[in-house]
Amino acid sequence: MPYGAVAAIAAMALATYLCRIAGVLIMSRVRITRPVERALGALPGSIVAATIVPIALRSGAPAIVGIAAAIVTMRLVRNELAALLAGLGIAALARALGL
Amino acid sequence: MPDPLPRPTLTWEGCLTGARLMMPALPGIVVYGLAFGAASVNRGLTFGQSLSMSAIVYAGASQMVSLEMWRDVWTPAAIVTVAIVTATVNARFILMGATIQPWMRGAPVAQNAFNLFFLVDASWLIASRYRAEGGRDIGVLLGSGMISWVLWIAATAPGYWAGSLVAEPRTYALDLVMPIFFASLATSLWRGVRASALPWGVAAVVALAVQALVPGYAFIVAGALAGAITGALAREPV
Repeated sequence: MPYGAVAAIAAMALATYLCRIAGVLIMSRVRITRPVERALGALPGSIVAATIVPIALRSGAPAIVGIAAAIVTMRLVRNELAALLAGLGIAALARALGL
Repeated sequence: MPDPLPRPTLTWEGCLTGARLMMPALPGIVVYGLAFGAASVNRGLTFGQSLSMSAIVYAGASQMVSLEMWRDVWTPAAIVTVAIVTATVNARFILMGATIQPWMRGAPVAQNAFNLFFLVDASWLIASRYRAEGGRDIGVLLGSGMISWVLWIAATAPGYWAGSLVAEPRTYALDLVMPIFFASLATSLWRGVRASALPWGVAAVVALAVQALVPGYAFIVAGALAGAITGALAREPV
């Protein structure tokens, strides 16, 4: 069909925007009770854990030591850039060493 | 006594704070944008298509996945399929929106609709941490999302021009920027063994199980929901 690629990009944009607003629309109809509040409180860390743990295990040892180095650095100096650089440095080093 | 439903504030200062907090994530966003631009030229997108996808979809993982499905001739069925796959990859935004909805209560609908367009993983995480530390200004979410949007588009263009010239990023572990950055930010979300270890652990285990059983990106949403339900069922902290 003509302009097919343009239509595909528009459809992707629409699908993505609907995802972005859907959570807010759904939650605006939900009463924030104590269990809902606890669920929302646990959700940010759960999203992170559910995202990075499978990626880390799939990417192997360099990813795992890099993530560990970033967390340790973060706890020590409380600076995201330092933690990112330490994590990337250790992960790159682990790869260079053939881990 | 605090107002139970204070109107959320959105200020220019908050936007600037968000942009500043986003700085550590920007190198990763630029590298990812370059990689998308380079991949898109190899899959036959025009420059305008590549740039407009970055501008209006603005979700790296789903853009990369869509390139795997890119074709010269588009049928309506192929368009619907790429939209569904995009929604699956980006379903995590639904959960992210749910976590920030209590923050947005009382703000004008148009403002929230605009703000949410710029919602991405890193801006959401930065805003969540800022809010967990007592911040109120929702400009932090908008500012961090917008600076990332500008750089995402800006990086797509040179990536497209450079095409396959972009060097192998694995040597510098640049393919691991997002998980490592996520992990360092999540460190600040940790609320102790009692409040965090159980839901996060359940989320990780369920995500691993779903990843092994179901192809695609369903593992993120499945794991995150399992963690949230665990948090809801967990005993009230004393």
